[in-house]
Amino acid sequence: MIRQLLVKKVTHLASIVLSISVISFMLVSVSPIDPVRAYIGADMLAISRAQKEKIEERWGINEPMHVRYVKWFTELLHGNLGHSFIFNQKVTKVISTRFATSLWLMAAAWVISGMLGFVMGIVSGVMHGTFVDKLIRFYAYMLASTPTFWMGMLLLICFSMWLGWTPICCATPPGILLENVTFGQRIYHLILPAATLSIIGIANITLHTRQKLIDVLQSDFILFAISQGETIWGATRHHGIRNIILPAITIQFASFSELFGGSLLAETVFAYPGLGQATVLAGLKSDVPLLLGIVLFSVFFVFTGNTIADLIYTLVDPRIKAGAPK
Amino acid sequence: MLSVHQLSVRFTSYETGLKKKETLVTSDLELAVEKGQVVAVAGSSGSGKSLLAHAILGILPGNARVSGEIMFKGTPVTPKRQIKIRGKEMALIPQSIGCLDPLMRIGKQITRAGILSGIEKNKVRVTNILRRYGLPDHTANMFPFQLSGGMARRVLLATATVGKADLIIADEPIHGLHEEVASDILSHLRELADQGKAILLITHDLSRSLLIADKVVVFYAGTTVEEASATAFSGEGKNLHHPYSRALWQALPQNGFFPVSGTQPVLDHLPEGCVFAPRCDKTKFICKIKRPPVMPTDGGFVRCFHA
Ligand SMILES: Nc1ncnc2c1ncn2[C@@H]1O[C@H](COP(=O)(O)OP(=O)(O)OP(=O)(O)O)[C@@H](O)[C@H]1O
Ligand code: SF4
Ligand SMILES: [Mg+2]
Repeated sequence: MIRQLLVKKVTHLASIVLSISVISFMLVSVSPIDPVRAYIGADMLAISRAQKEKIEERWGINEPMHVRYVKWFTELLHGNLGHSFIFNQKVTKVISTRFATSLWLMAAAWVISGMLGFVMGIVSGVMHGTFVDKLIRFYAYMLASTPTFWMGMLLLICFSMWLGWTPICCATPPGILLENVTFGQRIYHLILPAATLSIIGIANITLHTRQKLIDVLQSDFILFAISQGETIWGATRHHGIRNIILPAITIQFASFSELFGGSLLAETVFAYPGLGQATVLAGLKSDVPLLLGIVLFSVFFVFTGNTIADLIYTLVDPRIKAGAPK
Repeated sequence: MLSVHQLSVRFTSYETGLKKKETLVTSDLELAVEKGQVVAVAGSSGSGKSLLAHAILGILPGNARVSGEIMFKGTPVTPKRQIKIRGKEMALIPQSIGCLDPLMRIGKQITRAGILSGIEKNKVRVTNILRRYGLPDHTANMFPFQLSGGMARRVLLATATVGKADLIIADEPIHGLHEEVASDILSHLRELADQGKAILLITHDLSRSLLIADKVVVFYAGTTVEEASATAFSGEGKNLHHPYSRALWQALPQNGFFPVSGTQPVLDHLPEGCVFAPRCDKTKFICKIKRPPVMPTDGGFVRCFHA
């Protein structure tokens, strides 16, 4: 069953990558971006029309779109995503180093929002209908409707500028060589962006966990546990959590797209040099190869999250696991 | 051990327009179980048997209101006391096998029941109790969905008896089981009674419960119409006092399968007088205007004007 599922997933991924690559390639082609102008920038005035035409010919800009696409895609299949001129590095290299930096941030935010949201959802669910529940729900709805960049700036003003507890920007202290940065310093620079980014995810998981727990607490096996002398908190601890943890983890894995989208804003506010910031830069400076590379990478990233979410039940839930043919 | 007197359960619900509505689901239940006894509570589906069990344990839903008196070991049962004694002094064998946690291994569930009943964690003997009910040792490692119906019923029996509860309330413990498994479970219940426990056996299977019961309490439309000794259910049922008890007895296949005509009234629209009046062939005028009171008989009590 797992093999079948994986085959299905891979086919699915291939079809998504193909269609996304076509669509984004087309979008970029019809957009008013002039690659030569984007590459040369301010020196554009210094080159002659003839020189420009020569570059255009070298780059194959005037060939039909499908020809260019096939060329690009063939290179892509060979693992070559082209060259990013704003970083003057291979696109694959930019994405991998930038993603490594983002990974810290995204992982921290993912874990924090998951755990906090889960705990808040449980408290809210057990105490549903009470003042505490209303407070948590109000809080969750409020967080859910707060724009990320606004939240980030608020935190930045409050903790970095007024209180001076957290750094103003970046992933590492300025002026220190990357290899000399300590783990503590990394964490220190991670706190605010991670807090900002995790806030997006909390509401979703809180409200979801709350509802799932309320449903589970209505079930016969909870009533039976109570008849055995269990308290409502005891029943939640011994039977409730067990029955809601899988759906919660699934939700968390399925939220990779929000995480990626959020990292764009959070990294920009905090000048955190991750993939999100690179995306914004690539967009602003019309770095087409990098932009296309990141789009494909994000598809892959979100797809991975969704696939894990889909696989969890098959791998972990004993009812499904035992049902699978050996 | 346990006695229930004039127990009634009502549900309040809100209809459209926030009009409060009270539904009386059981009224004036009378019942007593002693140490060493098996008392069967027999009645058709929907007559309020499970609610009785839940009322005794204090696990009715929040919108339920209970009135009347429950005595356990000589003292009144209050909501506070229910929290203290359920799982320890009285235990439930629930009606549905969905009452087992679908994601917890059986051994762990039995252990948890044991701990809640007051046994220390490392003194809960899961294997012993599994063996006592004829379950293989590896049952402990299984999940509920891997159990057959009969095994699940035995596991429920095990969770209720792993502790030292003196009163076992068994809600339909043999429902849907084959003859063999059913009689095996019944004999276990009898054995528990013989060891000094009190068993309240809730069932709609009168004939099977008679195999082990000392007394039978007959339920009809949310009330108890008769309490009789199990021996009264014999021959043509001449020793039974209530027309419904006799009808129930005669409706059994081995007694000729004489069904009573008509159906049980819905609880919202109970007749004003005797609840059985619409189907009774002895109805007199008084039956239609007044609820018959509880009257003692040689083997228990009856609620009928013409017993
Ligand atoms: N929460 C509730 N609110 C309103 N009515 C309820 C509620 N729970 C149960 N009832 C009603 O109470 C009546 C008695 O239910 P109960 O489960 O005790 O019947 P029972 O005798 O155990 O039947 P069965 O043999 O099917 O188990 C039913 O008619 C049911 O509709
Ligand atoms: S009281 Fe009247 S109606 Fe009710 S069972 Fe007795 S004879 Fe029948
Ligand atoms: Mg029932």
